[in-house]
Amino acid sequence: MDARIPAGPLDDKWTDYKGHCKLVNPANKRKLEVIIIGTGLAGASAAASLGELGYKVKAFCFQDSPRRAHSIAAQGGINAAKNYQNDGDSVFRLFYDTIKGGDYRAREANVHRLAEVSANIIDQCVAQGVPFAREYGGLLSNRSFGGTQVQRTFYAAGQTGQQLLIGAYQALERQVALGNVKMYSRHEMLEVVIIDGKTRGIIARNLVTGELERHFGHAVLLCSGGYGNVFYLSTNAMGSNVTAAWKAHKAGAYFGNPCFTQIHPTCIPVSGDHQSKLTLMSESLRNDGRIWVPKKQGDNRRPNEIPEEERDYYLERRYPAFGNLVPRDVASRAAKERCDAGYGVGSSKQAVYLDYAAAIERYGKIEAGKQGNDNVGKDEIIKMGKEVVKEKYGNLFDMYEKITGENPYEVPMRIYPAVHYTMGGLWVDYELMTTVPGLYALGEANFSDHGANRLGASALMQGLADGYFVIPYTIGNYLADEIRTAPIPTSHPAFEAAEKSVSDRLNTLMNIKGKQTVESLHKRLGKIMWDKCGMARNKQGLEEAIKEIQQLKKEFWSDVKIPGGINELNPELDKAGRVADFIELGELMCKDALEREESCGGHFREESQSEDGEALRHDDRFMYVAAWEYKGDHNWQLHKEELVYDVVKPSTRSYK
Amino acid sequence: MEHYNMNLTLKVWRQKNQSDRGQFETYKVSNISSEMSFLEMFDVLNEELIQEGKDPIAFDHDCREGICGMCSMYIDGKPHGPWQENTTCQLHMRAFKDGDTITVEPWRANAFPVLKDLVTDRTAFDRIIQAGGFISVNTGNAVDANALPIEKAKADDAFAAAACIGCGACVAACKNSSALLFVGAKVAHLGLLPQGEPERKERVLNMVAQMDKEGFGACTSTGACEATCPKGISISNINRLNKEYLVASLVSEK
Repeated sequence: MDARIPAGPLDDKWTDYKGHCKLVNPANKRKLEVIIIGTGLAGASAAASLGELGYKVKAFCFQDSPRRAHSIAAQGGINAAKNYQNDGDSVFRLFYDTIKGGDYRAREANVHRLAEVSANIIDQCVAQGVPFAREYGGLLSNRSFGGTQVQRTFYAAGQTGQQLLIGAYQALERQVALGNVKMYSRHEMLEVVIIDGKTRGIIARNLVTGELERHFGHAVLLCSGGYGNVFYLSTNAMGSNVTAAWKAHKAGAYFGNPCFTQIHPTCIPVSGDHQSKLTLMSESLRNDGRIWVPKKQGDNRRPNEIPEEERDYYLERRYPAFGNLVPRDVASRAAKERCDAGYGVGSSKQAVYLDYAAAIERYGKIEAGKQGNDNVGKDEIIKMGKEVVKEKYGNLFDMYEKITGENPYEVPMRIYPAVHYTMGGLWVDYELMTTVPGLYALGEANFSDHGANRLGASALMQGLADGYFVIPYTIGNYLADEIRTAPIPTSHPAFEAAEKSVSDRLNTLMNIKGKQTVESLHKRLGKIMWDKCGMARNKQGLEEAIKEIQQLKKEFWSDVKIPGGINELNPELDKAGRVADFIELGELMCKDALEREESCGGHFREESQSEDGEALRHDDRFMYVAAWEYKGDHNWQLHKEELVYDVVKPSTRSYK
Repeated sequence: MEHYNMNLTLKVWRQKNQSDRGQFETYKVSNISSEMSFLEMFDVLNEELIQEGKDPIAFDHDCREGICGMCSMYIDGKPHGPWQENTTCQLHMRAFKDGDTITVEPWRANAFPVLKDLVTDRTAFDRIIQAGGFISVNTGNAVDANALPIEKAKADDAFAAAACIGCGACVAACKNSSALLFVGAKVAHLGLLPQGEPERKERVLNMVAQMDKEGFGACTSTGACEATCPKGISISNINRLNKEYLVASLVSEK
């Protein structure tokens, strides 16, 4: 596997690359067409930036508007090495934290570039009018996030993703108005068209009319997000899916580290079988909230009745250096460990407390101190403290109350880990190109920057880095050699064949006319994945899971029941296609997890742990990216990209 | 939180496609848990309809955490249902009791044609943004983010306006189907910030012109939009828009 990483010292690679990559002159850009799938942070920023450069862009999203993409739901913030707080941050520190947080399974060169452009992202967003939180002096405010010891996270209350996406969306709509981008909403990409070894377009389905459309492009960018919904229950949006990436995979793009899944520690627990999705409570809550369970197993007292000395603040106990701010994978496993051992709380016993009482009191005292009044009563302190907490986290607390009916200002929140993000994705080289020429993957859809575990507030950073600051350079290096390629008419046999295969598949699905609903099959897949390829994995479970998924696939293709017709708005048919792809992906994830006989980041193999239950890596055997090539039904070939660490010396991650 | 189960009657708008006339259909659902979300109740109903060989009810939804703005049901005469500052996806069944009859319709507005059942076409909002809902700054043009301090109060107001999720509830709630709260929020968000200043006049004129072109009605200041907005966008944004529009019309050189 050649990642095409530029030569030279780490600090200079990106600068050198930009200085030497090929350029396309403006007159030629007008003739080059780029297709972008997905309009989240990566897709919208790429579409806007490439449109600004003068390329002819077509952007696609399955939602009714590009502004709906799931980046919108990101809450806590976006990292950038600005060092506005004078607390010792730098490009190197952000790079180092990300590599370490990823448990030494990410590529140095990519991560360093990410850290380098991080500061530009904040500048760009502020210029677009993104209303980040500010201090009274009018300058930008920062908060801390898990896995770091500096304050480098920029935020807009608990709606940072929304504000960043609206910024990118507005930039995209501006290009639509200028005629540089043509937007196709309620469209889903269902096939990649490859001619003479190069990506030349896509087949898309209009989800309102059901019509299949052929679109030519000199390059195709997949910005289609992650695949957490393979678990059925996740914090992803209902429509988030792997389909675009999976079609690319089956067309020849290797899939990198599919088993690397992030289970987020602070989500609202499952309330029953009806549950359709899980809701995240931002990691920023761990800044001030304290996580605990009772010291006694099966303690059924109300949280407020449990005295301080009978509470186990297990993160502070196990990891005194980072406390409640350990990285996500560590926090999630610690919660699972306590619940499995019988210390869980709530009716399901699959939850731990996230408690704000101490923070409310602390902030209240600070407020009282500001007034110079030593005689403030406890009630008054609590009242003032609640105001401060409301200012910082109000919308998150409101959301918790709407869902659970409980008031988190009074009662500790109940939280439990849930599937949140997928570090794995399409394998890409330094230029973000997959193994198929002209086919790129950006943002969560690629595997590149987060290794085996992503740090909080880094997904927004990566999506925007790829779209605003990386792809505008790297795509030119490819398209410079395409200026002589005239648009290929979509009557070309390759387009015809691709459309036929999509249409055949849709007809096959509709004609099964079985008994089981798409939803019920998806739920079963999710359960297999969560039980056997979730927070902890072992050989036996993974082998069972593979067999069960293969069986499920047979059932799906012989017994699925899809109502309605093809040529109409039919959400069940859309979902059926996506679930069919999830089933195949699930098998590959288990295969990858089975192959990787070590614990690293979000991937915890029970066979590989230290005496005190911490993850145990095996750098001698597994310091590589697993890139899987699709060879046919249930058949993949593993390729390895060895990871070389020139600058950082991999060590055992310790947050103690 | 105590929870309970309930049986409900649903009257739901069914419409095959944009040209179909449409009508209400009545459905019974039973054993609905008070812990379910409103959309999960629809999931249950749809699973039953599919099993009975009927066409499930099409409705828009995506994030199910109240931020994407895609869900859009008009529930018992109110966009997003009975709770204050809430989206349909965050409405939970404990808002209802056993035996209730619930009426569910799509957004009703000429500018939001029904595509199927409860699904409407809201691309008119995208076109209004295209008309001027942005700050013209190409990637790479930006100066250092802290080069331009912004008064905290102004930044906070801009954020409050920018919290709009573009769901269209304001239009659905308005008897005139006016989109002025949506447009006002964007004009305020960008107009309050120094970065948005250079395009301020053109922005408000162009966005209002596009809004009229899309067929949204006029504002008669009844305040239904503010009362129903899931993100609590203040009607003062409309005042600001009116002021900006007036000034821009007077001084515009075009």
